[in-house]
Amino acid sequence: MFKLIIKRLLQAIPTLWIIATITFVLMQLTPGGPFDQEKPVTPEVKLLIEAHYGMDQPIYEQYIRFIKNRLMGDFGPSYKYIGWDVDEIIAQSFPISLELGFYALIIALIIGVPLGVFAALYHGTKMETLLMGIALLGICLPAFVLGPLLLLIFSTELGWFNTFGWNVASDRVLPAVTLGLFYAAFIARLTRSGTLDVLKHPYIQTARAKGLKESKVIWIHTLRSSLSPVVAYLGPAVAGMISGSFVVETLFFIPGLGSFFINSAFNRDDTMVMGTVLFYAVLIIAFNLVVDLIQIWMNPKIKRD
Amino acid sequence: MNLRFIATSLLLLKIALSLGCSPAQTNVERGILEQELYIGIGTEPSGLDPHLVSGMTEHYVLLSLFEGLTTLDPKTLEILPGVARSWSVSEDGLSYTFDLDPEARWSNGDSLTAYDFIFSYQRILSPELGAPYAYMLYAIKGAEAFHKGKIQDFSSVGIRAPNPQTLCIELHSITPYFLTLPTHFTWWPVHKSTILKHGAMTDRISKWTQPKHFVGNGPFALKSWRLNNMIKVEKNPHYRAQNSVQLNGIHFLPINLETEERAFRAGQIHLTSGIPIARIDWYKKERPKNIRFDPFLGVYYYLINTSKGPLKDPKVRKALAYSINREQLTEHVLKGGQKPAYHFTPPNTGGYTSNDCFSYDPEKARQLLAEAGYPNGLGFPEIEFLYNTSESHKIIAEAIQQMWKKELGVEITLYNQEWKVYLSSRQAGDFDIARSSWIGDYLDPYTFLGLGESDSGNNHSLWQDSVYDEILSQATQSLDNKVRFESFQKAENHLIEAMPFIPIFFYVRSLLIDESVQGWYPNTLDYHPYQHLSLERIPDSI
Repeated sequence: MFKLIIKRLLQAIPTLWIIATITFVLMQLTPGGPFDQEKPVTPEVKLLIEAHYGMDQPIYEQYIRFIKNRLMGDFGPSYKYIGWDVDEIIAQSFPISLELGFYALIIALIIGVPLGVFAALYHGTKMETLLMGIALLGICLPAFVLGPLLLLIFSTELGWFNTFGWNVASDRVLPAVTLGLFYAAFIARLTRSGTLDVLKHPYIQTARAKGLKESKVIWIHTLRSSLSPVVAYLGPAVAGMISGSFVVETLFFIPGLGSFFINSAFNRDDTMVMGTVLFYAVLIIAFNLVVDLIQIWMNPKIKRD
Repeated sequence: MNLRFIATSLLLLKIALSLGCSPAQTNVERGILEQELYIGIGTEPSGLDPHLVSGMTEHYVLLSLFEGLTTLDPKTLEILPGVARSWSVSEDGLSYTFDLDPEARWSNGDSLTAYDFIFSYQRILSPELGAPYAYMLYAIKGAEAFHKGKIQDFSSVGIRAPNPQTLCIELHSITPYFLTLPTHFTWWPVHKSTILKHGAMTDRISKWTQPKHFVGNGPFALKSWRLNNMIKVEKNPHYRAQNSVQLNGIHFLPINLETEERAFRAGQIHLTSGIPIARIDWYKKERPKNIRFDPFLGVYYYLINTSKGPLKDPKVRKALAYSINREQLTEHVLKGGQKPAYHFTPPNTGGYTSNDCFSYDPEKARQLLAEAGYPNGLGFPEIEFLYNTSESHKIIAEAIQQMWKKELGVEITLYNQEWKVYLSSRQAGDFDIARSSWIGDYLDPYTFLGLGESDSGNNHSLWQDSVYDEILSQATQSLDNKVRFESFQKAENHLIEAMPFIPIFFYVRSLLIDESVQGWYPNTLDYHPYQHLSLERIPDSI
């Protein structure tokens, strides 16, 4: 296990370097710069502004400085938001994305797992079709349809929730549901197939033959093994919930990192693009490692492999 | 089991909903009780340093945090005293002496003196700062030379302070609209010791605008600022005319148009920065009291690259301009009260309203196109039209594309580019015709007509005309408005005759406003000093 962690950490170094370099090159190739605007500044003023950020130096020097600064943990100042450093913005907004992702994950699991288990138990019946139909609807209904729908019903019409913001506890409900339902649908499908698979195993028949209560058979003996595909999916899903919540953050106007991540590219806020890309890269690598460790813990067979 | 599961789920849902129930009181109601305004500003401001920003969004916020020498009456746009309680002008119109209000203070209690203005003007004019709007101060003698590095000694720029309460400004030439300039944020003072505490005078990368460090001189002081969430300001106890301020605080919300509209409907904001086109009809019908279309100092125009193919010929450019049915466009496509534009400068710009320089005349357009060698569009090469990606620009472009096809037989291909790519294409002259707009900086026709000058950095049409430059320079050399306006009219006629820019419509500021908001007057500069605002409960409003 320890060896695996060390190996993964060593692998992460070239991965991050490649990601950083590709991002740097793409940002250089993209037309338009951070200081272009409707009423452009004179070329002389533009050069002076760029000098503040070291953009007047040759590309290779910028690249070396860029890599060096990232190694020192310095993400630099944002080009777009004058007076703010990239790490300040990440520190301010990431906890919000994390919180949203956490609630969405809970919702996804609370809804997805039981839905999948029941669908498997009612395999071959109309109930299964109904439950899987609901799951399919969840997958087909993207956040930009579900979000406005929930807003329309629960905020504008019923007035139960605020239409935007992240200020009071109730502001968490609709965004978390919007984000969570999509993943719940996937989790339901994975749980269903996992459960169907495990139910065929002889040890389940043995458990039933021993006269165990059906609930114990399902929730204790079946679930641990049947959730294996779900856990494997959770790595990218959690990363997706945290980093890919741009749509939900925009819809509900939540000041999380997702919206900064996307908008930094539109603003040509190079330092912010680099900062968020590297931050997410580290995050995804870390999540994948954690998921692998959980899987080993759940299924010792993998460890032997 | 199944029933139990459903029952548990329903119970959980019920708990979630009961937790979720927001208090019955909306922001709008709470705001009225506590005199706190909730206002949507569209996007996140790029900063709060008045010398480094350039947009309307920033203007909305900065107007609460700073104050210049003069300010404007929101009803009439008449010049009112600001930090300067009075001023005098020399006979030749070149020297202004401002007498500062001795009560003027910074939000930390420090006295605000003429030296603060000198420091501020030196800062914005220092080339190293890279201030995007430094040219707004070029009216001052020596300011342009200092900003362009031709002189190094700031004492030779025409700004002096004989004592802490008196500021003298010398101009390099007559500037009839000079007193409107200090109402713009580029002219507002910044607090010297706060700036120097967080870096050098010309450092762009500085933390002084963060809430814990910020010092301003406006009616409100910065309380908190969370990016993409909210800027909160509260009454500044040191403001010189504190009794005139009725609001206790303002919440600036950088939310997009659609969210603003939803928030307005749910009673969460008092004012929006705009209205989504799709919702205009509904508000006109259901809530006409809440929808406003105020005239605004801006023109939407099509920019022509006069160096490309058939577009080199002014007859072709005019044919394109004459064949657009602007009434149809504004009434049936835009629906937001925009005014069709038959000249370039918006009506009532500093008292000047141009005559209509042309009209919708498809017959004449066809004739002009035939004279240019393309009867009924025959032989006209296919040209491209560039717009920045946006649904509303697309709708307008498609309507005009159809009009050109129908009236002139001319085929135009539309293509869009993402904002920054579009800006870079436009700057490089890499387009045939491009969507464009211009918002005035101050109340004088020169802010619009100056766009066509040969040395204007914003004239991307590549059209240059020394006669036009000469007419404009005549207009700027007189103090007599009659003489000036005649010259501006001449310049306007000349510009339309050459048609490097096809005016389409004049902007309006469309917004949703709650009945409780008092003192928000329509004016072309969209200038609303917050000390004139208050919130009152209207008994009949729901």
